[in-house]
Formats: sequence, structure tokens, C-alpha cells
Amino acid sequence: MADYDVAIVGGGLLGSAFGWGLARAGARCVVFDEGDNAIRTARGNFGLVWVQGKGQNMPAYASWSLRASRLWGDFATELCEATGINLQYVKGGYDIAADEQELEQTIAGLKKIQAQMGGAAYDFEVLDHKVLKSEIPLVGNIPGATYTEHDGHCNPLLLLRALHQDMQAKGALYRPNCPVASVNPLSGGSYQLLDRSGNVLATAGKVIVSAGHGSRRLNEPLGIDLPIRADQGQVLVTEKVAPVMKHASSSVRQTDNGSFLLGPSSKDVGHDTRTDLKTLAAIASRCITIFPFLGSLRLQRAWGALRVMTPDGNPVYQQSEAHPGVFSFACHSGVTLAAVHAFEVASWVTDGVIPAEFGVFHPRRFNV
Amino acid sequence: MFRRGQEIANPVRFKFNGQTITSEDGDTIAAALLAAGVTHFRTAPEDASNRGPLCMIGNCFECLVDIKGKGSRQACRERVVEGMSVRSHPGLVVPKAQP
Ligand SMILES: Cc1cc2nc3c(=O)[nH]c(=O)nc-3n(C[C@H](O)[C@H](O)[C@H](O)COP(=O)(O)OP(=O)(O)OC[C@H]3O[C@@H](n4cnc5c(N)ncnc54)[C@H](O)[C@@H]3O)c2cc1C
Ligand code: FES
Repeated sequence: MADYDVAIVGGGLLGSAFGWGLARAGARCVVFDEGDNAIRTARGNFGLVWVQGKGQNMPAYASWSLRASRLWGDFATELCEATGINLQYVKGGYDIAADEQELEQTIAGLKKIQAQMGGAAYDFEVLDHKVLKSEIPLVGNIPGATYTEHDGHCNPLLLLRALHQDMQAKGALYRPNCPVASVNPLSGGSYQLLDRSGNVLATAGKVIVSAGHGSRRLNEPLGIDLPIRADQGQVLVTEKVAPVMKHASSSVRQTDNGSFLLGPSSKDVGHDTRTDLKTLAAIASRCITIFPFLGSLRLQRAWGALRVMTPDGNPVYQQSEAHPGVFSFACHSGVTLAAVHAFEVASWVTDGVIPAEFGVFHPRRFNV
Repeated sequence: MFRRGQEIANPVRFKFNGQTITSEDGDTIAAALLAAGVTHFRTAPEDASNRGPLCMIGNCFECLVDIKGKGSRQACRERVVEGMSVRSHPGLVVPKAQP
């Protein structure tokens, strides 16, 4: 018998949500992760639970994000009750436009998604400058924003910590500094996970490859195609000030401790997490157009991180045909989708099959 | 807690919360305050605890002070200037609209 029901490669936002969901459902699981020098998107993101604008080219992704956001409140509450860690989740979010053209584009995009989804479920409000200013008095002279209750923000580092803490409390084994070099199918249908020297780290009935940018290397020998690239995002952090805005916007949010996060940018620069002045200046400039007072705040730090990006920006969920115990999952928006990953995707793995309605997320869509 | 290794040769005087501090020319504000026995630089907005320098190399932001005419600054990254007026960092400042 295998050591574990499920072995998960990668302890980032995806792997941790699966590990927690599986442990919560009583599965015996182990999560392998790397150390502090690895590329770890889970530690560099913006902390939005975001629906607005997602799935313009795939309605199924819009519904999926909406479903995640509906579950997020319960998800945050359950984690907080189990761990005592308050994820600082606040519902409601703006997409604030820096100029007229941005606002028109945002509204057109949301209307398109709304039409594809048959209307009612996908609600949003358009706030003109006056209404927005009455909600956030420090907003600059900009045309307005869109707002929905489905969006929100949280502290993504506390989310990761809570998932790690509680999956272990629920019996999962978390193994940091323990990179998996390969997954080896055994004749009885289970799998061996090996380290670089060929030592067996564990055997498991099923394997989830959710190693972010490390996934391709593990998938290739198994014949699993995972078309992902790195999309770099840079983020700026200001000094802490008194509360100005409770709700997040997609490019500016104030954290629970008073700092503002500005960003994130989006650029294809390969596996490079360095920040550069030009990108940071562009982020700051747009955010100051929206909130002029930000120009008077001191910056405390900046960072770059790498989004896991598929060719169409939508998630990839797949089960290997040759090795049906191996699942390979990758996506952007791992914070947002954490709730569905924990509550729903984890059970696809225990059931051993991805439900047909989620077939749209298979990467075969890129080969037509 | 801290002692100067050498006598002050080129004194520079500045004020911290109204009290005159004598320091060595070239000191950072953080070094000057620590040498004068000050360890409480600011009150943390998160939990109202007393905070002072931790890293002394510009990384941790524990040493924030309010310099008259400049605003919020890291004390470990600013040199003392004769006659300057420094106060404890006031915690959460309410941002003002910019013209
Ligand atoms: C700038 C930026 C802003 C973002 N903002 C948001 C946001 O606001 N909202 C949102 O929902 N999402 C956001 N994201 C996306 C979100 O952070 C990612 O979707 C999420 O982190 C991806 O999770 P992951 O588990 O796939 O990858 P990661 O978080 O990178 O985790 C992968 C883990 O696998 C480990 N690993 C790799 N190879 C191996 C191996 N061989 N063996 C063992 N372990 C291995 C790595 O060390 C790492 O810990 C943002 C991303 C960026 C870059
Ligand atoms: S003491 Fe750390 S930033 Fe000044």
C-alpha cells in the first residue's frame, strides 16, 4: 500500500489549498515544497479576491471565479476558526479608471461577460466621479469606477500561513526544502516521488503537480503538456497611514496595517523577479493620477514576482491519460481560486476524475 | 545601552521631542539618539508598542521619526544637521488631499 493517498508537489497557493482541502476531507496527504530561494508566486502577489474582468474569453472562467468569490467568506471564516488567523478578508472592490477611455473599456468588458453569462448573476455598478468621491474622498479628478460585491481583498501571506498551519493540524505532512525531481509510475497504479539522487521520498496513490513554474519539468517525462509562461508583476509598498479606503481596487489597495500596495505591472521578461525604475515609475504615476495624495507618501519597498500564465490566461486543470493518478493544475489568481481549489478541486482528485463540466479547462483547447 | 567609542570632536546639536541632543558630525539620527540613550523612536500604529531601530541599514522601518520640514523619515538613513528638529513618528498620519 502507498504511504499516502495523495502526494502534492508544490506548497504554494495551489498546493496548499489542495492539501488543506484533502486533509479536511480525511485523505492522507503530503505536500512537498522547496525553500526560500525558490520562485514562489504565493509570496509575491497582490492579495485580491477578484472576479471583475476575469473570463472575457471564457465564460466558464467567469462563473468559476464568481463561485470562488461566493465561497470565500465561508472559507476565510473556517480557516480563522481553525487557526485563529484572521485573513483580513474584506468584500467589495473597485476597478478605478484613470481616464475616460479606461472606464469605457472596463464597462464594455464587463457587459460582454455579463451577456455571455446570461445577465443577472454577473452584477456590477458603475460609479461616476461624484459617487466615488463620496465613498473615497481622497480620489483624484478621474472619471469613475466599476464596483462589485464579488471582489475583495485579503492578506495573502496570512492565507498561506493559515493553510499550512491547518493542513498540518488536520494530519497532512508538509515538507519544505524537499524538491521533487521526478514522479515515477509504479506497476500497481501508484506513484513514487523521487529526489535528485533518486531516493524515494514517498509513494502515493495519486499525485497533484501544482509546482507553479516548477511544474513543466516534472510533467514532461510523464508526457503531460503544460503550456505556461512567467508574467512578471511589480508591486510598490508605501508607509503606513490612517485608513483611507476599506475596499480594494484592482491597482491600489490599503492593507489592514495601513500600507498602500500599488501595482501590479504585467510584463514578459522570463524568469526575472528584479524590479526596474521605469516600471515602478509607471505604476506610481498611474496610481497618483487616481489618488494624488499617494504622491506625498514615502515608499517602503518594492518587489517583483512571476505570474503563472497560460496562453489564454485561464486555468489549466488536467488529468493525465497515460497516468490517470496524476493531476496537473496551474493558474493565475491562486488567491481568488483558493476557495474552490480547497472545497471542490480537492475532491476531483479523491474521486479520481475531473467532472465533465470542467473539461473546458483542459489544455487541449490550445491545440485546435 | 550604547556608549560612544570616542569623545565627540565636532558637535552637532539638534532637538528630539524638544530636548537638545548633542551628537557627532556625520552621525545618523538613529546613531545619535541611541548614543544619547533614546530607544523609543516611535509608537507602532498596529499595537501601540514602543519601537526603535532594529537593522540600522534602512531595511526594517522600525526607526521612523518625523523631521520638521521633511516629514516621515528613517532615522538610520538621515544624518544629523545642526539645529534640526526631530520628533517621534506620530503613528498613523491622516493623509491630506493634494492640490
Ligand atoms: C504580482 C502578482 C500579483 C498577483 N496578484 C494576485 C491577486 O491579487 N489575486 C490572485 O488571486 N492571484 C494573484 N496572483 C497570482 C497568485 O499569486 C498565483 O496564482 C499563485 O501564487 C500560484 O500558485 P502556485 O501554487 O501555482 O505557484 P506558487 O505560489 O509559485 O507555488 C509553487 C510552489 O511549488 C514549489 N515547487 C516548484 N518546483 C517544485 C518541486 N520540483 N518540488 C517541490 N516543490 C516545488 C515552489 O517552491 C513554490 O513554493 C498574483 C501574482 C503575481 C505575480
Ligand atoms: S533601523 Fe531599520 S530601517 Fe532604520
